[in-house]
Amino acid sequence: MAFDAPHFSSRTAVVCRGAGKTWAAGTKRAHEALRDVDLDIAPGEFVVFLGPSGCGKSTLLYLIAGLEDATDGAIWSFGDKVETPSPQRSLIFQETSLFPWLTVWQNVSFGLAIRGASQAERRRVAAEALQRVGLKAAMDKRPDELSGGMRQRVAVARALAMRPKVLLMDEPFAALDVQTRARMQDFLLDVWRDSGASVLFVTHHIDEAVALADRVVVFTARPGRIKTIVPIDLPRPRNLFSREAEALRIQLTDLLRDEVDRAFAEQEAMTA
Amino acid sequence: MAVVERDVRPSDAAAGTSRPAARWFLSVGGIDWLTKAWWTCLSVGLFAGLWELLWAVGWADPQLLPPPHIFLSDFGEQGKFFNTATRWQVGQSMGEGPSAFESVMITVAATTMRVFVGLVIACVLAISVGVAVRYWHVIDKLVLPTVTLLSPVSPIAWLPVAIFLFGIGNAPAIFMVVVALFFHMVLATIAQIDSVSPNLINVARTMGASKHQIYGRVIVPAILPGMLQVLRMNLFGAWMVVLVAESTGVGYGMGQVIMLARNTFNPSLVFFTIAVVGVLGFGFDWLLRLAQRRILYWLPDTQEKLRGL
Repeated sequence: MAFDAPHFSSRTAVVCRGAGKTWAAGTKRAHEALRDVDLDIAPGEFVVFLGPSGCGKSTLLYLIAGLEDATDGAIWSFGDKVETPSPQRSLIFQETSLFPWLTVWQNVSFGLAIRGASQAERRRVAAEALQRVGLKAAMDKRPDELSGGMRQRVAVARALAMRPKVLLMDEPFAALDVQTRARMQDFLLDVWRDSGASVLFVTHHIDEAVALADRVVVFTARPGRIKTIVPIDLPRPRNLFSREAEALRIQLTDLLRDEVDRAFAEQEAMTA
Repeated sequence: MAVVERDVRPSDAAAGTSRPAARWFLSVGGIDWLTKAWWTCLSVGLFAGLWELLWAVGWADPQLLPPPHIFLSDFGEQGKFFNTATRWQVGQSMGEGPSAFESVMITVAATTMRVFVGLVIACVLAISVGVAVRYWHVIDKLVLPTVTLLSPVSPIAWLPVAIFLFGIGNAPAIFMVVVALFFHMVLATIAQIDSVSPNLINVARTMGASKHQIYGRVIVPAILPGMLQVLRMNLFGAWMVVLVAESTGVGYGMGQVIMLARNTFNPSLVFFTIAVVGVLGFGFDWLLRLAQRRILYWLPDTQEKLRGL
């Protein structure tokens, strides 16, 4: 298939055509994580990837980030083929990924230091980004002095400091407690609205998907494929206790249950 | 958290009103330091006490296992033996040359210098080679098999090689220290690099860092804590091997003293030298831990957590 002449606008934030990934391809241990993903994501759109564990949703995020190469198909972002990582697409991880030897502001301005920006410039941009996540007062602290939620906010500030057009988030709040998680979701929605960036958010929490997404992409169990895409047409700010929200949660639960059952059956077959 | 608790301890609060010198002493963790020193003394004291007890009841033969009060008592007599450089020169009488104290100090300085220089060279070489092995694939293929092959070779086997290559003097002793540490430290460096969190590397990659920048700004700082730990372990290795290395002609050196003590059947001198090596190694380790706390300011204190168990 020829993907060199894509039939889509260069204004589309992310375009996946037949994207697939086989780990350790060509060896005995080869296993297919992701198959035949077609997906278009608009600028400023909030898309949640939902699926059972190990369904390849994180793999897709890594492919879009350019950290891994797709073994099939191709991915474009704003008209450019994704081949390497780019500061335009910032990735935020589940576990804290702050550099423990740098202060908060040095962490946030790490990308600028890479580009050789002056100290004054870095401090100014870091202060601005930290202001947006409400942590300007913690500028000179070190990551180990912060709570888990604060550390993830710093990670978000670090991503924002690069002025990305696409924010890729790999279960960023999974390690947080329920109350902190709810606060962080509100916080993320604020940041998303301000930044105008597209957000691709991986989770296996249905509540989180309904709270955040414009569209929910539901994945099948291994190999990961897009099972269906569910639009969440609830007005923002969302009332998560409304009947509509409940109906969406039930719909997503049903969709997911089949896949979880299948994944379990597969695992049992493997161990039997 | 422990720091905060320490601040409100009544003894410290009382110190706030005393003389400035005392206040400064306590504020830099004087109490803590004193407690540590006290426990160190107690630990060594108990060991020595047990030995003395064995001697007192007649189980430890003073001719073979002289207890501390014997081998430490005649410093002047013991110190003379440390003059291993000029003692045997023709036309030199016993009264000439450096005094006992000077001899000990010269010997200690000579041995410490060899350990220190060897350690620095081994560290710089091993970290450079370890990083290069991961940085360039071809170096990995070319160098790693040989390094692994030479890793298990005992320093004793390198001793003749050191003499073939460098003759006698400082150079073979330093070579021995380097060769005894180098191969292990290369493997340790590689293991440290491999255990760097991929998240940290990926963050740098998404921000557009080059391979060079990823190594310089992420991998090297990330492996520092582990490397200092490796260095501390190898510090003791360096002290062990330097005595072996000094058994060849090096002029002044602790290894020479041990050889002399062995050849003249002088247990007191053996234990005296062991005591000196112990104190030196302890001092080096203390300095290194101090440096570790300065350099690795970001590491949490796990010791405190374990104490709560």
